[in-house]
Amino acid sequence: MTVTTNLGTVLEVVTATDTGMVRSHNEDSIAADAQIGLAVLADGMGGYNAGEVASGIAVAMLTTEMKQALEHGEPHEIKGVSGEPTAVALIRETSAKANAAIFQTAKSQPQYAGMGTTLVVALFYDNRMTVGHIGDSRLYRLRSETFEQVTRDHSLLQDQIDSGLISKEQARFSQNKNLVTRAVGIDPEVETEIHTYDVSPGDIYLLCSDGLSDMVVDDDIQATLVTLQSNLQLAAKQLVQQANDNGGRDNVSVILVRVLADFAVPTGWFARFKAWFR
Amino acid sequence: MAKLIMSLDNAVIRELPLDKERVTIGRKAHNDIQIDNLAVSGEHALIVTILKDSFLEDLGSTNGTLVNGNPIKKHILQNNDVVEIGKYKLKYESESPGGQSSVADFEKTMVLRAPMGGKPPEAPGSSGDTQVRPAAPAAPKSPPPTPAPTAAPAKSTDKIAAIQILSGPSAGKELELVKNLTTLGKPGVQVAVITRRPHGYFITHVEGATLPVVNGKSLDAQAHQLNDHDVVELAGVKMEFFFKNN
Repeated sequence: MTVTTNLGTVLEVVTATDTGMVRSHNEDSIAADAQIGLAVLADGMGGYNAGEVASGIAVAMLTTEMKQALEHGEPHEIKGVSGEPTAVALIRETSAKANAAIFQTAKSQPQYAGMGTTLVVALFYDNRMTVGHIGDSRLYRLRSETFEQVTRDHSLLQDQIDSGLISKEQARFSQNKNLVTRAVGIDPEVETEIHTYDVSPGDIYLLCSDGLSDMVVDDDIQATLVTLQSNLQLAAKQLVQQANDNGGRDNVSVILVRVLADFAVPTGWFARFKAWFR
Repeated sequence: MAKLIMSLDNAVIRELPLDKERVTIGRKAHNDIQIDNLAVSGEHALIVTILKDSFLEDLGSTNGTLVNGNPIKKHILQNNDVVEIGKYKLKYESESPGGQSSVADFEKTMVLRAPMGGKPPEAPGSSGDTQVRPAAPAAPKSPPPTPAPTAAPAKSTDKIAAIQILSGPSAGKELELVKNLTTLGKPGVQVAVITRRPHGYFITHVEGATLPVVNGKSLDAQAHQLNDHDVVELAGVKMEFFFKNN
């Protein structure tokens, strides 16, 4: 008998999305569910409204599939011989399913040909967070005033930075921005980059599309989060507003997750016994 | 395609398109851009172009390479940058916008297709056989308009404002509002933030049971634009907002 965890009191989640100042519609899709500790963000690409369709499929599939799977299994459980927690396998499988779905849809309808999306998904459980990502939508962490980009972009620019061709500061002036080297739905198969991290109470995580990170420098994002951390709603609004004030050349989406307390899974028979009465 | 406009003493000599991945500059004859001048080294500098970016690199020249007056080792060229080699000036002009481009095309995320094997593109030196494929072939593939550097922060209102504390132990103190966000008040009791935006300064309630009071009237939860000489009351302290004369 599984104890279904409810993280609603442990995680504070806030979302915001905006078409921006230039685009005619919003091709970002986002979803978050504090109870199951899930946050998903996708930035779609493709002609006409294909981007919307692609990112929509990705987010819908991930949310539905993961909710269902979490009713029958706990994310921290180790299943099978791989030794990895269910959360990792779950993210891998559902991303693969989303990729197949988008790829098939694109093949079957000419107006969607070539459509794709980025993806960043975070699942919180047992004082940990498993993050999967494809593309250049990002996850950042703010931990006692230290602000760090956790995911590494799958983009031409990042490859150039990694190979020493261009410095991070100079990269801001590149005209080759927004060229991703990996995306969901454009190939029959895609590999999701997945990592697991420990989380501490007080941590604030930011998932965002490049509509934010391209318009607002990391230092300003950090300043906003540090200054407004007591009011995450306002922080999210402020981030979107800054992106728009700086030009708003793309859709901008943010999800903020704050860890309020410890949420380790009780182990040992007495702890689990106690958990029944929570 | 991007190009360099070479001039000497303000007289334009010639235009040089950057039509190759590697363009060498120097005094020796084998260079793509040969500058026959003693102040220029045999192999002076190199420009590597990858898709829409051009990178200028000084090759350890005797007299150095300047961009907009500053000596550089490696520099990513921006539209209208002026490169100085010896006494020669080379103005960089990035690709001009095509007729079909629209502002909306700019910042569109596109997928970069690497050659077989899905390897990411290699550093310069390899043959440039990567191609860029927009995610939907139907979309017109034309270069976007030359962007302003996206790193430039919002042009905040040119006027700087400040607040002067009117009451309490810090009365008389003045705080210039130069940052994008300035918080005021007592954390845990009452906090408001003053945001500096392109079209003015705004005050918004952040936390606390009571809302800020401006000119005697309580605010609501929305942002409120501040006007010259507004009096704000927060956490029991009165302060005046005013624009400083430049």
